[in-house]
Amino acid sequence: MSQTNIGDDEVDIVIGALHADLTSFLNEWRPLFSRFHLIIVKDPDLREELKIPEGFNLHVYTKSDIDRVVGSSYTAINFSGYSCRYFGYLMSRKKYIFSVDDDCIPAKDDKGLSVDAVDQHITNLATPATPFFFNTLYDPFRKGTDFVRGYPFSLRSGVTCALSCGLWLNLADHDAPTQALKPGHRNSRYVDAVLTVPARALMPVSGVNIAFNRELAGPALFPGLRLAAEGKLRWETVEDIWCGLCVKVVCDHLGLGVKTGLPYVWRNDRGNAIESLKKEWEGVKLMEEVVPFFQSVRLSQAAVTTEDCMLEIVALVKERLATLDPVFARAAQAMADWIKLWKAVGSGSGSSRPSNG
Amino acid sequence: MAQPAIPVTPALKDDLDIVIPTIRNLDFLEMWRPFFQPYHLIIVQDGDPTKTIRVPEGFDYELYNRNDVNRILGPKASCISFKDSACRCFGFLVSKKKYIFTIDDDCFVAKDPSGKEINALAQHIQNLLTPSTPFFFNTLYDPFREGADFVRGYPFSLREGAPTAISHGLWLNIPDYDAPTQLVKPLERNTRYVDAVMTIPKGTLFPMCGMNLGFDRELIGPAMYFGLMGDGQPIGRYDDMWAGWCAKVICDHMSLGVKTGLPYIWHSKASNPFVNLKKEYKGIYWQEDIIPFFQSVVFPKECITVQQCYIELSKQVKEKLGHVDPYFQKLADSMVTWIEAWEELNPPTKAAPAAQPNGVKKDAPAPKPK
Repeated sequence: MSQTNIGDDEVDIVIGALHADLTSFLNEWRPLFSRFHLIIVKDPDLREELKIPEGFNLHVYTKSDIDRVVGSSYTAINFSGYSCRYFGYLMSRKKYIFSVDDDCIPAKDDKGLSVDAVDQHITNLATPATPFFFNTLYDPFRKGTDFVRGYPFSLRSGVTCALSCGLWLNLADHDAPTQALKPGHRNSRYVDAVLTVPARALMPVSGVNIAFNRELAGPALFPGLRLAAEGKLRWETVEDIWCGLCVKVVCDHLGLGVKTGLPYVWRNDRGNAIESLKKEWEGVKLMEEVVPFFQSVRLSQAAVTTEDCMLEIVALVKERLATLDPVFARAAQAMADWIKLWKAVGSGSGSSRPSNG
Repeated sequence: MAQPAIPVTPALKDDLDIVIPTIRNLDFLEMWRPFFQPYHLIIVQDGDPTKTIRVPEGFDYELYNRNDVNRILGPKASCISFKDSACRCFGFLVSKKKYIFTIDDDCFVAKDPSGKEINALAQHIQNLLTPSTPFFFNTLYDPFREGADFVRGYPFSLREGAPTAISHGLWLNIPDYDAPTQLVKPLERNTRYVDAVMTIPKGTLFPMCGMNLGFDRELIGPAMYFGLMGDGQPIGRYDDMWAGWCAKVICDHMSLGVKTGLPYIWHSKASNPFVNLKKEYKGIYWQEDIIPFFQSVVFPKECITVQQCYIELSKQVKEKLGHVDPYFQKLADSMVTWIEAWEELNPPTKAAPAAQPNGVKKDAPAPKPK
């Protein structure tokens, strides 16, 4: 397997707008975004009009689009807050998606050079992943490096990378208790590596800075695990963590890869960890059940697509988690609804959808 | 975190041995002097035992040549390779310390991107003294490093981590490539400094390179056997690989952690790729059977010590790899011999250690009491 060529016209950049004024956000990203098509999804809870600067090729989706497309048939799916971006994933007709939170801007690397996060994610998705054996020099497909001595030759062609998870300088994606304990802690370490997360190793996928192959990962990225008091700060959510575990389990089963590491984005200071902690730490508690559950998931040989895998996971969630907490029963329903919605509205690529913004 | 080049009180000064296999000379030690001098060295001299290897002044060391290996182990010496750096594991066998750092004699002090010299030993110690996180991958890498932590979504119940058994360091300049890759890219140099330490997840195998390696001898020592390589053997340059695969499956079974990443050393010598190809050639295609074997190893729950796991592994090697080549039957036997030697030299009930004079160079030690 060699490098795939990914054209600019195969990529959508999906932004969930939790803030109405996107002027400075989009202007910061302009040099990197201007050649791509953008999908902006306005948080349905946001009252004010979106402010978007000129010069971008974009579609905007708002609450009325969400209501029109989703209607009343999929009541378990809630697109408010951070989950609004999933509507963008649904409506996209491109093969690859990059999504970043609207409180992040491009970062600079350890030499002071601007990081092209979009380009790096595209490279990550275009080159093979190596989940079956750990390469100690990290991604062997990066320039200037290779497989090390002892790496089996039959595993060197790698597999398709379905998900690329980036990182964050400044405000790293810690949970509220961790950040509250060290309020001044900021991430200043630029780790110049991309690596494949090995098969059967699970990890927390942060939605702050990700890119994925929509055909392969789309059905597994959805608003599923919604906290009772979910808020508009990442400290008050775990929905992306839940999706990430679904994606990883599916990728492990289907022989696909997940990469992590570069690119970095700069995440602006926002919110107060202690306030979030006081308000919401249900997410932290739920992880204690969620992680062992996903570690125990085994999918059948009959599951050969992402949708198949997700349906089996839904059944397992209903069987093993739903009785522990109603939030899991709702998640299972949301997953089932999403798969139907994806089949009805989301599948396929090529033709673009007109917006109604 | 700023570290003094020469720590005021070197960490683990009396608990760590530095094991160095050599066949040429130990000139490289001069460059390491500021970092190594406080520690005890175990030199394993490979090749011609009549040759004298000069150790630079001021180091406290034991030196063993092939005659010493034969004298100390008797018939069990057959498990220690000759004319291959695999002989280093003899140093692990005779050490009396809790920790080992092993390094090749063509590895020098590297510089980090700021130009500062890297104290590789101090970094290995830091890696070994902090927990690993094998059960769930932390996307910000080692959360126990200064300036890092666990990310959102990492379960609190897993944040204690597991004890770290192995610390695997990397190399700037000449990367550890196999012969075919060296032939295709003879000029490639590793110039990328990746400022990370990370735990290799449970259930994942990796190629363990022995040229810059630290480990907790009490936790994993008996599994760090570097196999039968070199003179009289059909294979070479797979010693550390073999030890790494055995050690990793045992670490996974015993919930011990393996870290990789920092520290970097500067690897100066590119070995001859044609010579390497001859040594590795069998390994390259045997590996295709070896890897699935290790990926499917299961230890019965009765195996609760490293030695028990290792003996069990030797049985499985004989049973499942024996058909690939008779070499594996010999290797399985030598794995058992190694454990026998380990038990003999490291009896479970420790006698009070004999008083050791400080700073005196020692030649081959007296035979160990039976």
